[in-house]
Amino acid sequence: MADSGSEDIAVIGNTDLTPSESENNLKNTMVEKGTSLLKKMEISVAEAEKRTGKNAVNMQETYTVYLIETRPVDAASEGNNPVPDSLWRRYSEFELLRNYLLVTYPFVVVPPLPEKRAEFVWHKLSADNMDPDFVERRRVGLENFLLRVASHPALSSDKIFYLFLTEENGWKETVFETGFQAKADSRLKALHATFRVKNPDKRFAEMKHYGDELQAVISQLLRVRARAADRLYGVYKVHGNYGRVFSEWSAIEKEMGDGLQSAGHHMDAYAASVDDILEEEEHYADQLKEYLFYADALRTVCRKHELTQYELEMAVQDLTSKKQQREELATGTIRTFSLKGMTSKLFGQETPEQREAKLKMLETQIEEGEELVKERNSECDEFVKSAWVDIERFKEQKDHDLREALISYAIMQISMCKKGIQVWNNAKECFNKM
Amino acid sequence: MSAGAPRSLASSGQKSIQDMCHPLSAEESALSPGRAADKDLILPNGTPVDTSSPASSSSLLNRLQLDDDLDGETRDLFVTVDDPKKHVSTMETYITYRVCTKTSRTEFDLPEYLVRRRYQDFDWLRNKLEESQPTHLIPPLPEKFVMKGVVDRFSEEFVETRRKALDKFLKRVADHPVLSFNEHFNAFLSAKDLNKRQGLALLTKMGESVKFVTGGYKPRARPAEFAAMGDYLDLFTPKLGTIDRIAQRIIKEQSEFLMELREYGPVYSSWSSFEEDLHDPLEGVSGCVSNCSSALEELTEDMSEDFLPVLREYVLYIESMKNVLKKRDQVQAEYETKLEAVVFREDKKTPVPTDVEKCQDRVECFNADLKADWDRWENNKRQDFRHLLTGMADKNIQYYEKCLAAWESLIPLLQDKQEAEGETS
Repeated sequence: MADSGSEDIAVIGNTDLTPSESENNLKNTMVEKGTSLLKKMEISVAEAEKRTGKNAVNMQETYTVYLIETRPVDAASEGNNPVPDSLWRRYSEFELLRNYLLVTYPFVVVPPLPEKRAEFVWHKLSADNMDPDFVERRRVGLENFLLRVASHPALSSDKIFYLFLTEENGWKETVFETGFQAKADSRLKALHATFRVKNPDKRFAEMKHYGDELQAVISQLLRVRARAADRLYGVYKVHGNYGRVFSEWSAIEKEMGDGLQSAGHHMDAYAASVDDILEEEEHYADQLKEYLFYADALRTVCRKHELTQYELEMAVQDLTSKKQQREELATGTIRTFSLKGMTSKLFGQETPEQREAKLKMLETQIEEGEELVKERNSECDEFVKSAWVDIERFKEQKDHDLREALISYAIMQISMCKKGIQVWNNAKECFNKM
Repeated sequence: MSAGAPRSLASSGQKSIQDMCHPLSAEESALSPGRAADKDLILPNGTPVDTSSPASSSSLLNRLQLDDDLDGETRDLFVTVDDPKKHVSTMETYITYRVCTKTSRTEFDLPEYLVRRRYQDFDWLRNKLEESQPTHLIPPLPEKFVMKGVVDRFSEEFVETRRKALDKFLKRVADHPVLSFNEHFNAFLSAKDLNKRQGLALLTKMGESVKFVTGGYKPRARPAEFAAMGDYLDLFTPKLGTIDRIAQRIIKEQSEFLMELREYGPVYSSWSSFEEDLHDPLEGVSGCVSNCSSALEELTEDMSEDFLPVLREYVLYIESMKNVLKKRDQVQAEYETKLEAVVFREDKKTPVPTDVEKCQDRVECFNADLKADWDRWENNKRQDFRHLLTGMADKNIQYYEKCLAAWESLIPLLQDKQEAEGETS
C-alpha cells in the first residue's frame, strides 16, 4: 500500500501485517507522530461473557462483556509467550469511545462499530442480541474495530484509546473529563441542521453523494442477499426429505435397497451442508455491513466540511455587511436598508458624536471580523487538507478491502459448488448400484 | 461381449429375467465414475469407454439404456416416436407424431415403416392390447386429458414431454415378447390408416374395458406370491407420491431462489456504475450471478420436463398392475367357485366339465403370464428408476459445474488489479 500525503501522517497500510512485517516497514517506524499502535502492541477481543447487574435505574439487566487482550509486540517475538493484559468492556463503552473519537477527530473517517441490533436477518438467523452466533459475530466486529483504530495514523496515538485498551477502571470518567460532550452536542446540532453552503469544495460534495449511493446499494444488496439465503436454505433442506423417503423405500426393495439407502444418506448430508455454507456467507455480509456503516462515517466528514465552510461563509458575509455599514456611515449614503437608517431618516440625523462612536465600534467589529474570517479560513483549509488525506486513505482501504471481500466470496461459492458436485457424484454412484 | 442368453419368446414357463445376467451388470463396475485408470474398456459394440468424466459415463449409460432388455444383437424390432406436427382442420386442431419402425421380423411385410399417429391412436392401441392380452401388463400412456385453461396442449414443453412418454410406451410394447407380436400393434406400426372399431375405443378408463372380466365371483385368498405383489404395490404407491411432492417442492424453492438471484445480480451492476477501481470486479460478480441464474433455470426446467412426468407414469403403471392383479383374482375366483360346485356334485359321478378345465387353464396361464410380466416390470422399474435418479444427479452436477466454471473464471479478474497495484505502489 502506498504512503500518501503530508509528513505528519504516514499511511501504515494493511492491518493484516504480522508484527515482523510491520517492523520491516522502516519508512513508517522513522515517523514519530502517527506511528501505528499496532506495531507496538497486539490487540484482540478474545472472549465474550454474559453478566447480570444493576443498571442506572437500579433494575436487573443482562448484558455481554468482551475481553480485550493486549500484549507488547516485542514479548511475542522474543519467543516466550507472556500472559496478555486484559480487561472487560461492554458494547456501550465501545460506543462511548467511538463518539469521543468522532468529536475529537472530525476530519477522520472513523471506523464503525458492528451493528447494535441484528439487521438484514434471514429467516433462520436469530435477531436476538443474546444469541451466541450474534455475540460471536459481534466479538469479531469489535476486534476489527479496535484493529482499524489501532492502525490509523491519527487515531492510533490517541491517549483515550490507549487507556480504553489498558485501564479498566475510571476510564469512563477520564473520557468525560476531556469535555468532549460539549463539542458532541454542538456537533450533533450542526449535523442535523439544514443550511446552504455557497461554495462547497466540489470533491466533498461528490464524496457525500458517493457515500449516499454506497449506503443505498449496500443496503439493497444485504436485503436481497438475506432473502436469497432464505430460499437457498429451503432448497437444501427439502432434499433431506429424499433421505427419509429413500430410506423407507429401500426397506421394501430387494436389489435396489442398498443403493437407495446410501443415496439417502448423501441427500441428508447435502441438506445438512447448507448450515455451514450460510454461516460463511454471513461473514461476507458482515464485511459489507462494515462498509455500509463506513459510508455513514464518510458522509459525516463531508457534512463537517460543509459546516466549517458554512461558518466561514457566515463570517465573511457578516464582515462584508459590517464593512458596508462603515462605508455608508462614512459617506452618508445608504445603500442597504437598515431600520436604524430609516428611523434616522424619519426622526432626524444622528449627531456627529454619535456617528463617530458608531464608526469606532464598527471598526473594532470589522477588525474582529477579519480575525474571525482569517481563523475560519485557516480552519477550513486545515480541515479540507487533513480530511482529504484521510478520505484518500479511506478510498484505498475500501477498494482493497472490498476487492478482498469479493475474492473470498467467490472462493466461498467455488467451495460450495465443489461440495455440491461431490455430494451428487456420491449419490449418483449409489443410484448406479441400484 | 454378450451379456446373457437371448430371451425365449414364449410367455409361459420361461426363466425369470432376474435369473439372467443383467446386460449392464458386467460393465457396471467399469462404468462407475472416477475409475479413470481403466483405459481398455470396450463397449459391447466395440467403441472404447471414456471414464474420465462423470458426465461422459452418464451419457454412456443413457445410450446403453436403449439396449436394456435385449442384447443388441438379437433385437429385431426398433420403434421410435418423433417429429411432432400440428394439424389444423375446420373441426379441430391436434398433434400427430411420426412413428418409425425398423424390423427384420417376418410378421411384417416391409423392413421399415413411417406412419403418423395421434394420441387417440395410441389410446386405441392400448385399449386393444388390454382387450386382447388381458393376462399381460400393458405399459401406461401419458395422461389423456389436460385442463384446457391450465396447460397449453400445443406448447413445446408439453408436446415434447408427451412425445417422450409415447416413445417409451411403444418401446416397452416392442420389447415385450408377447405384446410385440400382437396384430393390433402390427397394424398400428404399419397400416396407412388405422381401421379403428370405434365402439371399444370410446372406453377411456384404462383397465375397465376388458371383455374378459368375469366379475361377480367371491374373491378368494391370493396365492402368496401375488399377495406379495399386491402388498408391494400398496407400499410403493405412497412412496412415489412422496417423491413427487418432494420433487415439486424442490422445483418451487429453486424457482423462488432463482427469482431472488435475478434481483441480486443486477445490484452489483448498479454498484459498479459509481465505482472506479471496483467497477470491473463488481461487474464480474454481476455476470457470474447471472450465469448461475441461467444454469439454475435450466436445472428446474429439466427436472420439470424429465423427472416429474416419469414419476407420474409409474403411478399409472402401478394402477394398471393393480387392475391386472384384480383380474387375475377374478379368474381364480371363477375357477375355484366352479370347482367347488363340481366337487359338491362329486357324488353324482359326472366327469369334470370341460368348463372347469378351461378355467383351470386360464388361471394357470394368467398366473404364468403375470409372473413373467411382473418380473419384467420389476426389472424395468429398477432400470427406470436408476436412470431417473442418476439423471437427477447428473442434472445437479451439471448445474454446479456451470456455476463452478463461472466463479473460477472470475477469480483471475478479481485478482488482476491487485497484482498491478502491487507493482506500482
